[in-house]
Amino acid sequence: MFDEQFEKRADEILARYPRRESAVMPLLHLVQEREGYVSLAAERWVAEKTGVSPAHVHGVVTFYTMFRTERHGKYVLHFCTTVSCMLRGVDHLLAHAKEKLGIEVGETTPDGLFTILTVECLGSCGTAPVVQVNDDYYEDMDIERLDALLDALAAGKEPPFPPGPGPRRVLVEGD
Amino acid sequence: MEKVLTRNVGIEGSRTIEVYRKRGGYETLAKALKMDPDAIIEEVKASGLRGRGGAGFPAGVKWSFMPKEPTPERPNYLVCNADESEPGTFKDRVIIENDPHLLLEGCLCSAFAMRASRVFIYIRGEYTLGAKVLERAIGEAREAGFVGEDILGSGWSCDIVVHRGGGAYICGEETALMTSIEGKRGNPRLKPPFPAQFGVYGYPTTINNVETLSCVPFIIERGASWFASIGTDERNTGPKLYGVSGHVKNPGVFELPMGTELMEIIEEHAGGMLREGKALKAVIPGGSSTPVLRADECRGLRMDFDSVAKAGSMLGSAAIIVMDETTDMVAVMERIAHFYAHESCGQCTPCREGTGWIEKILRRIRRGEGTPEDLDVLDQVAANMQGITVCPLADAAAMPCRSFLEKFRDEFEHYVRHGRSPVAAG
Ligand SMILES: Cc1cc2nc3c(=O)[nH]c(=O)nc-3n(C[C@H](O)[C@H](O)[C@H](O)COP(=O)(O)O)c2cc1C
Ligand code: SF4
Ligand code: FES
Repeated sequence: MFDEQFEKRADEILARYPRRESAVMPLLHLVQEREGYVSLAAERWVAEKTGVSPAHVHGVVTFYTMFRTERHGKYVLHFCTTVSCMLRGVDHLLAHAKEKLGIEVGETTPDGLFTILTVECLGSCGTAPVVQVNDDYYEDMDIERLDALLDALAAGKEPPFPPGPGPRRVLVEGD
Repeated sequence: MEKVLTRNVGIEGSRTIEVYRKRGGYETLAKALKMDPDAIIEEVKASGLRGRGGAGFPAGVKWSFMPKEPTPERPNYLVCNADESEPGTFKDRVIIENDPHLLLEGCLCSAFAMRASRVFIYIRGEYTLGAKVLERAIGEAREAGFVGEDILGSGWSCDIVVHRGGGAYICGEETALMTSIEGKRGNPRLKPPFPAQFGVYGYPTTINNVETLSCVPFIIERGASWFASIGTDERNTGPKLYGVSGHVKNPGVFELPMGTELMEIIEEHAGGMLREGKALKAVIPGGSSTPVLRADECRGLRMDFDSVAKAGSMLGSAAIIVMDETTDMVAVMERIAHFYAHESCGQCTPCREGTGWIEKILRRIRRGEGTPEDLDVLDQVAANMQGITVCPLADAAAMPCRSFLEKFRDEFEHYVRHGRSPVAAG
């Protein structure tokens, strides 16, 4: 189902493990990285590669929240709403994003660009609130930075600042 | 205190093996490989090093449960727990992203002491940057001969594999973590058998936290008595990473002696309260599963395993969440309840149902539809979840709930009576 180069990467991953079945999750990550989600066909491919049943793979996919069974927007915005981010005003940030993009949590904008999701603590509590855009952590977020980021992405431009911590803010709305 | 675990943080190129070696890195591994593995275990025991993952179990004692003569058919394994998912916790990430070779050297020294031939580093799936940094570091270490066959001519071989999680808090629990490495859903299993007898693939396995393993090279290099000289007493030793978040001016990870006073950490290191003139109200001392402390309970409290336990809470992952007087404690508890309901793996009824009930009742109270009886029901549900499940997640959900209710009862009652929080913002 995949090209030779991809199959080779999969085989390299398999070779790292003493037992094939350990490669189920790494292969699912690999597939999702490429396709944006895990299709039923991909589940069967992973099952074949690792020697477990397709039902087993499906069970794994549905257990772990990071695996998706359908396509999301080009940019998935994960808002951490757990305690430390809550204390530092993520609710305002999330409300702002929903209004700006005109979608609710779990929805994708009609142009297929943005999906909003809420997630549990991302391990970035010291630079809260954090918004993870696809894989990247944008930390110390406030409405101004979020606007700048979303506007750039919507315009097909590079993000205006790199992922990671932002300028240390003393106080913003919602803190 | 001199920086130990974080001494390379902020140094240009700290992720590279060149810089790490220039600063003395991997010399301890060479030293360790010439030692008797059991002597290393004894040294770690004597250092008083206790697990930094949450439970505080003495590392050397845990290591001594591993078989002394593993065979190729039944090898010993070491797992590094880099799942870091307890809300409020962000300390291991500092080591992983800034000083990956320190973690690798810690893993290798520890694996050698336990005669382990393989190390799995289980890193939470969201830490994609961390996983990449580790992969690159392992490649460098392999090229330099520190990972792989016959390491530094010692005759000992060891491989390191980074295994990414998939966004499930429960996989930080050691048996769930091992199940996850085996390519399955991350359901915890009953202990015994303990991992040292029956771990990954049924092989003897030891699981330690990132910070725990990162302490090991320093113990070997400088000696157990140096390590034990830092901290409160012989049961609470070594340098410690404290993560401070919430209502402080300067949140972050601070490396300080084990047992540093909580108020010193908040006021001096974390810059004091975020908003001028707003008083401290409460602190969660060790991640969201540890019982909350009122401001008056924080004064004079040393942040070590035994002192925090004596104060009725737990050091946990030393993830200090600070809340000022404007905080709606019922809202915070609802958020915590949501987390545990979301993360319960569902295989034990008291946990699956209990975490859901707690969340539902709190949600009702927050909507202004709670009754005075709800408060007692909440406490009963939480009490009935404790100590009877396969893994401690149910306790992790029950403990904060009961402590919030006990210590901020007036706020819950105000909610039930008036349908809103007594704090101004509510
Ligand atoms: C629900 C649950 C979640 C846990 N999450 C983590 C975690 O994210 N990281 C960690 O190091 N330990 C975690 N632990 C503790 C581990 O089970 C284990 O005790 C620890 O990794 C052992 O390492 P240590 O002895 O070095 O602390 C968790 C425990 C439970 C019950
Ligand atoms: S206590 Fe909860 S998380 Fe732990 S095994 Fe039981 S259901 Fe799963
Ligand atoms: S609470 Fe949001 S990153 Fe930890």
